[in-house]
Formats: sequence, structure tokens, C-alpha cells
Amino acid sequence: MAAYEPWSAPKALQIIDELKSLEGPALPILHAMQEAFGYVPEPAIPMIAEALTLSRAEVHGVVTFYHDFRSEPAGKRVLKLCRAEACQAAGGDALAARAEAALGIPIGHTTADGRVTFEPIYCLGLCATAPSAMLDGRVVGRLNESRLDALVTEAKQ
Amino acid sequence: MSMRVYIPRDAAAVAVGADEIAVAFEAVAAKRGIALEIVRTGSRGMCWLEPMVEVATTNGRVAFGPATVEDAASLFDAMMADGPHPLRLGIADELPWLKRQTRLTFKNCGVIDPRSIDDYKAHDGYKGLLRALSLGTDGILDDVTKSGLRGRGGAGFPTGIKWKTVAQTSADQKYIVCNADEGDSGTFADRMIMEGDPFVVIEGMTIAGVAVGATRGYIYIRSEYPHAIVAMNAAIKAARRAGFLGKSVGGSAHAFDMEVRVGAGAYVCGEETSLLESLEGRRGLVRAKPPLPAHQGLFGKPTVINNVLSFAAIPFILDGGAKAYSEFGVGRSRGTMPLQIAGNVKHGGLFEVAFGLTLGEIVDDIAGGTFTGRPVRAVQVGGPLGAYFPRALFDTPFDYEAFAARDGLIGHAGIVVFDDSVDMSKQARFAMEFCAIESCGKCTPCRIGSTRGVETIDKIRKGEQVAANIAVVEDLCNTMKFGSLCALGGFTPYPVMSALKHFPEDFGAPSRLQAAE
Ligand SMILES: Cc1cc2nc3c(=O)[nH]c(=O)nc-3n(C[C@H](O)[C@H](O)[C@H](O)COP(=O)(O)O)c2cc1C
Ligand code: SF4
Ligand code: FES
Repeated sequence: MAAYEPWSAPKALQIIDELKSLEGPALPILHAMQEAFGYVPEPAIPMIAEALTLSRAEVHGVVTFYHDFRSEPAGKRVLKLCRAEACQAAGGDALAARAEAALGIPIGHTTADGRVTFEPIYCLGLCATAPSAMLDGRVVGRLNESRLDALVTEAKQ
Repeated sequence: MSMRVYIPRDAAAVAVGADEIAVAFEAVAAKRGIALEIVRTGSRGMCWLEPMVEVATTNGRVAFGPATVEDAASLFDAMMADGPHPLRLGIADELPWLKRQTRLTFKNCGVIDPRSIDDYKAHDGYKGLLRALSLGTDGILDDVTKSGLRGRGGAGFPTGIKWKTVAQTSADQKYIVCNADEGDSGTFADRMIMEGDPFVVIEGMTIAGVAVGATRGYIYIRSEYPHAIVAMNAAIKAARRAGFLGKSVGGSAHAFDMEVRVGAGAYVCGEETSLLESLEGRRGLVRAKPPLPAHQGLFGKPTVINNVLSFAAIPFILDGGAKAYSEFGVGRSRGTMPLQIAGNVKHGGLFEVAFGLTLGEIVDDIAGGTFTGRPVRAVQVGGPLGAYFPRALFDTPFDYEAFAARDGLIGHAGIVVFDDSVDMSKQARFAMEFCAIESCGKCTPCRIGSTRGVETIDKIRKGEQVAANIAVVEDLCNTMKFGSLCALGGFTPYPVMSALKHFPEDFGAPSRLQAAE
């Protein structure tokens, strides 16, 4: 489980300063923001825009285009379940339904207590040990009902 | 007493417990008072046997698997004694699944320590680059062209021609970009080679740099691959330290250096121009071609952009292997292809082989059918934009043109097997849904057509005006096929139409399409 720092403009400036001399710095900066704060806070956008001489709308457009970047903090744990074809072929649909029931939310949502964000992911490259999932940074393969249940329990803790 | 064991660090092995097994082995060794050396390798690609652990013996490496933490002590003892064990598989190199392959690109994967450039060099590493440096541009281009290598990212464009175009375009700066976005479901060869033999990718990119006169490279890795990102970063550092990246590559007058860039979860960014937009820091909107990236690519400069496997095939080809490479394969599909066998299969994993096996041989023979034990009903080849093949087409040879002739594509060679519990109208719906989720939004047929496709297939699935709605889907597919800028919108019709054509019964339309044939 990752521990994030609260929003801080000096920290954001530091990230921007460290990375802005890269060729094509926008994605590295956004990734670093998300790594630091857990999401890309709204006040970071004008700061990035100014440093990269872009409009706010352009930076905002980049943030919203990519599935990875969050505009809101996620739950404490992020459980991603692969919903792509190889995992479907290996029984992934039933597992997705089971996890939704266990968490009490549809995929793509965060539990009311803010503990778990449950998201679809389209292929983790673990398609020969399917079905697959990722809990925060940890990959888990060969899911079956009991392995999934254990993962959901761990996520809810 | 001492013992050396090999435990994969490959993400697929880690996902089924390889790290825990390494820890358990350490504990057993400490208890037994034996000096244990653990080498964390890539995977040999026999994923159903992962975690597969190997021990060094005088007869070669002996493999055991699939291992569990509970087996660690008994495995350890059997390895020490070179004795029997229920999980003992035999000499790794002699295992039939490996012996049947022609491993040119993957020959070191699962064998060497991916963190050690010395190990790489001890296994023919950097011989290709050294020869390339002595050949110069024309000689390199000759070899790449002679090998018959076609891009492994999906489109199958001849690599030699692409490189030649960039070499002939003059500019103050040129780039080498490696496409490691590997978004196709059912594919993992790029991930495996990056984790198991990252230097071969770096060497291939470096040779490209020398050939076309590019000094900077980027490898764009999808964020879903954290292990590959770590492995590539470590290897780049090691290559720099050893003088294979930097101002004077291998002591030559050529400069070349590279860095990793991480994607952000957009499938369309695997499309080459979208990837370049993303590298430049913008939304991944597909660019219209021309200009080709070879003329105006990254930051408007001439750019070679190739798939990971295309670059990884290069060191073998440049190490005197061009002719040998071209002698494998069939028709215009030369060389070997790392097949990725996945989904509901008994024996899933990576199988590198010359082009030309039939789909039936791959699915029934190599993959051994389904792990559920039920009959195979459909096989999707080539990722989410690839067609579904029924058993009736299992005689199709694995070859770019043969698949195209049957309204399919081999793409990045992902092969996803489904048993008879699959509902093909659901799969068709998913193809449309995936296109709607991932569309970059630039063209209407892709953006709107896919959403309409989902709605219409939902109606069919509910039994509403089935024949009329099937006609609507066919119409939408036609519009998408001919009105889309890139293959996301343009090829989504392949899975949809193949499902309709070969499995009409799943759409409540038993004979309509069959009768039309
Ligand atoms: C929607 C879409 C996704 C693609 N995804 C990838 C990918 O993940 N990896 C890749 O190498 N090529 C991908 N391609 C193909 C690239 O556009 C391009 O053809 C390839 O990178 C060229 O390299 P190659 O000649 O070595 O195959 C994709 C194409 C499309 C239309
Ligand atoms: S077909 Fe779809 S993904 Fe491709 S350019 Fe058009 S809108 Fe973008
Ligand atoms: S399709 Fe699920 S991991 Fe690849």
C-alpha cells in the first residue's frame, strides 16, 4: 500500500523543476505528481501549464485522456482485475461478478468507506496464467474463487 | 556444500508465487547450512509449469515445477541429492516443449541473469553490435533486408525498408523509438523479453541507431508492466556503465543513449503516431499519414519506430544470422515468431517457432487443448482487433498472408483459446465496447460507431429484431472499416464480423450468414 503526501505546492514545483528539462516532460511530470500525491491535484495543472508553456486546457486534456491519471484520490487500496479476452476465456467474467458482490460496488468504483478502489484493467501480460489481477503494485495470477476471495479480503483490511 | 538454483523473476512467475519460493529456499538453505546462490532469471515460457525452479548439475540444469512454498524443503533436498521428486521435470533444455521450438530471439530468455551484462556477453551478447559497427550503414541495412524481417508489432512492414528510409533522410537529430506498449490482450512476448533478456532489446535499438545515424532512443513501456520497467532501467544503466550506451558505443565513433518512458493506460498509444504524440507530452491522438514517422516522427525528426520483438530479432541477424533467419518460415513470412498461447489452454506460454504451423497444430498439439478439458470452440488471434477462428479454419497456416486471406490477422501473435462455454455475441459486444473505451476520438466511425455497435448487439442479445439489427451491425462495421484513420476503428470489425460469420447461432440467427456464403 502506497503512502501519499498531502498536496503541497512546493513539492509540486520541485517535481516540475526536476523533470521539465526532459524532452517531452508532460507525462513524466504527471506520473511523478501521481506518485507523490496519489492523484493529479487540480492546483498542479496551472503550474505544469506555466512551466511547459502550454494552456491549462491542454494540460487538463492530457490528464483526462489517459486512463491512469486520477483527478481524485483513489481508495486506500487499488484492486485491478483484468477484463480482457484471455482472462475472459479463463473464467474472468464470473470472478468480476464475485468481486463486485464481495465489495458491494460495481467495477470502476470505490467502496463507501474509501478502502478499496476496484477497477478493470485490459491485460497485464499474464495471459497464460489467467485470470489475473493487480493489488496496488503486486500481480496475482491463476485466480480462482478462493484466491480471489483472499485478495478481496486483503484489499478490504 | 553449495548449490545454485534459478528462479524466474518474470511477472507471470511472480504472479503465481516465485518470490515466495525464493524466500522459502533461502530459509531451507539456512536451516541446512548450505550456501545457496539464487539466480533470478526470466521465464522459459512454459507458464503452466511456473513457478519453475532449476538447479545446476553436472548434466545441465534440471527443472522442477510448478513449485509451491510447501514443496520448498522437499524440492531443496531432492535438488541437493539430484534425486527423484514428483515435480521433477528433467533436464530443462531437453523438455519437449522447448526442444520443438526454434529459439532465435528468446534463446537467452529464462537462461541468463537479466541483470548481468557479463552473462549476456557470455551468451553471444553484443556480437551483433560489434559486427554492425564494422559493417556500417549499408552493410547493416543489407543484412536486415536479407533476413526478411517484418515488423512484429502487427502490421508486418519490412524492417529493412523502414530503416533505409530513415538512413536516407538527413536531419540534425534522428530518433530510435521502441514500441513496448504491448496492449493486445493475450500477448506478453515483449514483457517476457524485457524482463528476461533486456540487453537484447537495447542491443537491437543500438544497432538501429548506428544504421540510421540516430543518437537518441526511447523505449515506451506500458504502465501495466512495472517489472519490465524496472528490468529495462537496470539494464540501460548497466549498458551505460559497460560503455555500450553513451558517447562512444562499444569504443566506436557512434554515440547512442536511450531512456525508458512510461505509458499511462491508453491502448491507442500503441499505434505508432499516437505513441509519438504521447512521448511528446500530448493526448495520444493518431496522426494522419503522410508524413511517415520515418520522415517526420518524434519532435518532427526522422524516427525509426519498431516493436520490441523487431529490435530483439536484430542481434541474431547481425551476428551473421541474416541468411539463417530468412531460411525459416513460409511465403513472405520469414524467420521465427514468438507465439503467445493464452486463455483457456492446458499448456500456455511462449513458443518461438518458424512461421507456417497450422492453427490446429498450435491449439490442439502444442497448447494441448483447454485446461477445462472442454472442446475448443473459438480462437482469437492477434489481440482485440483480431478475428475469431472456428475449428473449421484450423488448417490456416500461421503466416501474415494466409491469415489475411481468411479475414484475420496474426498481429503480435497472441492466440487466445476459448472452450464451448463461450458466448460469441458477448465477445462481439466486448470488441465494440473495447473500441469505444479506447478510441482516441478523432474519427466519428470509430468513436460513435463502436458505441452504436454495443447498443445494437445488446438488442440482438435480447432478441429484438435480430435480422434487422445484424444488418445494422454489418453496416456499422463497414463504415468503421473504411472510415477510420487507424486500425483501432478499422479492425474492430474483424472480431465482430468473424463472430457473426462463424458463430451465427450465438446471435439467434442460425443460417442467415451461412446461406449467404
Ligand atoms: C490501435 C493500435 C495499437 C497498436 N499497438 C501496438 C503495440 O502495442 N505495440 C506495437 O509494437 N505496435 C502496435 N501497433 C502497431 C504500430 O502502429 C506500428 O505498426 C508498430 O509499432 C511498428 O513497428 P514494427 O514495424 O516493428 O511492427 C498498434 C497499432 C494500432 C492501430
Ligand atoms: S480509428 Fe479510432 S483510434 Fe484510430 S484515429 Fe480514428 S478515432 Fe482514433
Ligand atoms: S488478458 Fe488478462 S492478463 Fe492478458
